[in-house]
Amino acid sequence: MLTLRINGTEHQLDLDPAMPLLWAIREHVGLTGTKYGCGMAQCGACTVFLNGAPVRSCSTPVSVAAGGEVVTIEGLVKGLGVGALGKVGQAVRTAWLELDVVQCGFCQSGQILAATALLAENPDPTNAQIDAAMSGNLCRCATYARIRDAIRRAADALV
Amino acid sequence: MKTTNHQMATIAPDTIENAGRRTFLEAGIAAGAGLLLGLRIGPVPAADTGHAGTAPAAAATFAPNAFVRIGTDDTVTVIVKHLEMGQGTFTGLPTLVAEELDAAWDQIRAEGAPADATRYNNLLWGSAQGTGGSTALANSFEQLRKAGAAARQMLVAAAAQRWQVPAAEVQVKDGVISHHAGHSARFGELAEAAARLTVPTEVRLKDPAQFKLIGQPGLHRTDGPSKTDGSALFTQDVRLPGLLTALVVHPPRFGARVKRIHDTEARAIPGVERIAEIPSGVAIIARDFWTARRAQDTLRVDWDETDAMTEGTAEILARYRELAKSPGAIARQDGDVDAALAGAAQVIEAEYSVPYLAHAAMEPMNCVIEPTDHGIRVWNGEQFQTGDQAALAKVFELAPEQIEIRMLFAGGSFGRRANPASDYLIEAAHCYLALRARLPVKLQWTREDDMRAGWYRPLYLHRIRAGIDSKGRPVAWDQRIVGQSIIAGSAFEPMLITDGVDQTSVEGAANLPYAVPHFRLDLHSPQLPVPVQWWRSVGSTHTAFAGECMIDELAVAAGQDPVAYRLRLLKNHPRHLGVLKLAAEKAGWGQSLPKGRGRGVAVHESFGTTVAQVAEVTVRKGGQFRVDRVVIAVDCGLAVNPDVIRAQMEGGMGFGLSAALLGEIRIEQGSVIQSNFHDYQILRIDRMPEVEVHIVPSAQPPTGVGEPATPVIAPAVANALFAVTGQRLRSLPLRLSP
Ligand code: FES
Ligand code: FES
Repeated sequence: MLTLRINGTEHQLDLDPAMPLLWAIREHVGLTGTKYGCGMAQCGACTVFLNGAPVRSCSTPVSVAAGGEVVTIEGLVKGLGVGALGKVGQAVRTAWLELDVVQCGFCQSGQILAATALLAENPDPTNAQIDAAMSGNLCRCATYARIRDAIRRAADALV
Repeated sequence: MKTTNHQMATIAPDTIENAGRRTFLEAGIAAGAGLLLGLRIGPVPAADTGHAGTAPAAAATFAPNAFVRIGTDDTVTVIVKHLEMGQGTFTGLPTLVAEELDAAWDQIRAEGAPADATRYNNLLWGSAQGTGGSTALANSFEQLRKAGAAARQMLVAAAAQRWQVPAAEVQVKDGVISHHAGHSARFGELAEAAARLTVPTEVRLKDPAQFKLIGQPGLHRTDGPSKTDGSALFTQDVRLPGLLTALVVHPPRFGARVKRIHDTEARAIPGVERIAEIPSGVAIIARDFWTARRAQDTLRVDWDETDAMTEGTAEILARYRELAKSPGAIARQDGDVDAALAGAAQVIEAEYSVPYLAHAAMEPMNCVIEPTDHGIRVWNGEQFQTGDQAALAKVFELAPEQIEIRMLFAGGSFGRRANPASDYLIEAAHCYLALRARLPVKLQWTREDDMRAGWYRPLYLHRIRAGIDSKGRPVAWDQRIVGQSIIAGSAFEPMLITDGVDQTSVEGAANLPYAVPHFRLDLHSPQLPVPVQWWRSVGSTHTAFAGECMIDELAVAAGQDPVAYRLRLLKNHPRHLGVLKLAAEKAGWGQSLPKGRGRGVAVHESFGTTVAQVAEVTVRKGGQFRVDRVVIAVDCGLAVNPDVIRAQMEGGMGFGLSAALLGEIRIEQGSVIQSNFHDYQILRIDRMPEVEVHIVPSAQPPTGVGEPATPVIAPAVANALFAVTGQRLRSLPLRLSP
C-alpha cells in the first residue's frame, strides 16, 4: 500500500512501486487529463507537479511520489492542493482560452502546467526564456506561436 | 452558391428518410430535449448525377438531416459529423448553424455525430462518412446553414403561434426571439412548441451581407474549455467497467510473421489475462497498461522472416533512380516536350527526393472495443466511419449497423486515423476476439508502435528537366515521379486511380499553375512492403517541394526575381497571384536584409485553397540555420472563422516545417530505425518562427484550411537557404553543408 496525495485528496493504492506515476494517476486514480505521449520524458504530455515542481510522470516511479503532493491539470484548474500556484494556473488557462491556443488539445495539459511552472518562477520571461522553458513540451499541432503569446499575456495579467 | 448541385447529388436514397426523421423527432421530444431537428433539404436538380458511388439523382430527391438540437435549457447543440482532430471543425461547423439560427455564440455546443452515413455522409465523398482532404467545412457549408435556417423558421413559427402575431413580424437576434408588441422569448422557452411543428422543406438562407458570426473574429473554440481543464475525452481516456488494456508486439521487419512465442514468464505476471497470436503480431491483454508493458518486456518472439522485407531506404532510393530512367504512366501531356527541350536555350535538370514520414500524432493510435447487446461499440478518434464500420463488421461477422461508433476527440491525426485498411481498429478487434471473454478491451499503442508499425508518407523521387528560352521563359517541363501508390488496393482505387495514375501521387504537379506550353508528367508506382498512407496535404507534401524549388531554379537561371518570375507565369491564376502578391508585400520582399539572412518564397494550391509563404532565414557558420519569420497569405474563399484559419495556417506551416527541418523515417533491412521522439525529432517551440497570417477577402464558397499550409514551407525555406548560401538543397530534411 502506498499513499498518494493528488489535488489535495489522499489515495491508498496497492501498486507496483515501479509503476510510473502517470499510469497510477490515469488508470488507478482515474484522472485522465494527464496524457501518455512517449513514455520516455521526451514530450511533456504527462507533466504534473510533484511538490510544486513540474515532473514527467511517465518517468517518475509512483513510489517516488508517495507521500508527496501531486497536482494534475484537473487540480490546477480547480485550485485543489496547489497553493500559490493556483493563481498563476488560472491566469495561464484564461490566456489559453482567450487566444484559443488549443488545437487537438492532447499536449495542452502538459503545456499549461509547464507554462504555470515557468511563470511561478519567472513572472516576466523573455521570448528566449519562454522557448527554453517550454522546449520539453512537444505540440505536434505546432501551436507554439500562440503558446508564446499566451504566456506573455498571462504574465501581463499577473503583474 | 456553386457547390449546391454537387452537394445535392450526393444525398442518400429517400427510403431511410422518413423513418430516420421520425425517430429523431420522437427521440427529441421524449427525452425532453425540446427541438430536435430532422431536416429534409431541397430537391436535387435532375441534371446532376455525376458523382461516383452515389444513388442516381432520381432516387436522391430528399434526405434526412439531424444537425441541431435545442434544449429547454436554451443550449443549442450542433451535431458535427466530422472528427475534431485539432483543425477546428467543432467550431467551424457550429458557426454555420449559429449564423442562420441567429443564436448567441455562447449558447452553442458541439457534439460528435454517430456513424451513420445515411445522415452524416461527407457530401464530397458520395455515400461515405469520414473526414479528410480538408473537406469538412466545404461540404457542410450549405447543409448546416440550411439546418440552422430551418430551426430558426420553426422557432419563429412557434413564437408567432404563441403570440398570435404574423411570423413575418417575429425577429431573432443573439438567441432571443421577439416581437415589437413586447413579446420576447429565449430559444429554450419555445423549443418544445417548435418541435411539434412540421419541418419545413424549404428554407431561405441569409444573404452574405447579413452575416453576423461568419467572418467575425472572437468566436472562441467550442473545445477550448474542455481541452484546458483535462476533461476532453480522447480514446486514451476511455474508462469502462472491466476494461482491459491490450498491447501488441509487432514484427521487427515488414513482412515477418510470428513463429514462436516464449511467454512463460509473461503469463506468470499477476494481471496478465491473455497472450495470443493475432494476424498483426502478438497481443498481450492485461488489467492495466503497466502490467501489459511489463509482460511485453519479458516476452520473446521468434519471427519467421521468410517473406520479410530486406531492403532499406538506400536500396529503395537506388531502385527509384533506376526506374526514373524509363517512362512511366502519363499523368498529363501538353504539346511536344522532347522537341521543345531540344530547342530550348538552356535545359535545367534536377532530382528531388523526400523520405518516409510518420504522422506521429501526439496521441498514439488506440481504440476501444466494447461488447453490447446488439453488437460492438467502438470508441475511437474516428476519421473514416464508413470504411471502419465495414472492416470491423467483417472481422466480427456482423452487419455494419451492428458496429456502433463513438467518435471521440483525436489527439491529432494528420490523416493517420483514416487508415485505408482500418489497421489499428482491426487489430483492436482481434485483441478482443483473442480474449474470448465479453469484456471491453482498449488497444493502446506505445509511441514505439506508433512510430514503427508503418503507414507512412511514402518516399518519393522526382526528376525534372525544364527548358527556358532566350528570355528565360519556361518552354518545356518534363517531370517524372517515382513512389508507392497510397490509393492502390484501397476502397478509393476505382475513383482515384485512372489509366494507371494514382491522382494523389501527382496532385500539385499535374496541375502545375505556371504557363509552360510543353508539359509532360509521368509516374512510376512501384510496390513495396512498406505500408503507406496519406499524410497532411497528401501528394502536395512532395509535389510542392519539387515544383516550387524547380521554378525557383528556373528564375535563377533566367536571372530574374523569384516573385516577379512567378507572377509573370501565373496570369491565368488570380488566386495564386493574389496570395503571392499579398505575402510578398507583407514580408517586405525586395527590401535588403543583413548579411547571412535571406528570404525564400513558395506558392501552392491544395484542396482548393491557395497559400503563399515567404520564409526568412538566418544562416550561421557551419551550416546551422534558423527560420526566423514566416509570412503567410491564404485564399480559402469566404473566411468563415478567421481565427481558426489563422490557427491552421500557423500550425499547418509548423507541421510542414517539422518535416522540412527534421522529419525522416529510415528503413534498414526492412526495419524502421526510429522509435520515439528522441530519434524522430519533431519541431519544438525553440525552432518555431514568428508567424504572420493574412487572409485574402473573398465571397467565394469556403474551402478547407487544415492541410494547405503544410506543403508550402519546405520549398520556401529551401529557396531562402539558396538565396543566402547558393546551395540548392533538393532533398528533405534540409541539411546545409558547412
Ligand atoms: S509521456 Fe512523459 S514525457 Fe512524454
Ligand atoms: S494541440 Fe495537438 S499536440 Fe498540441
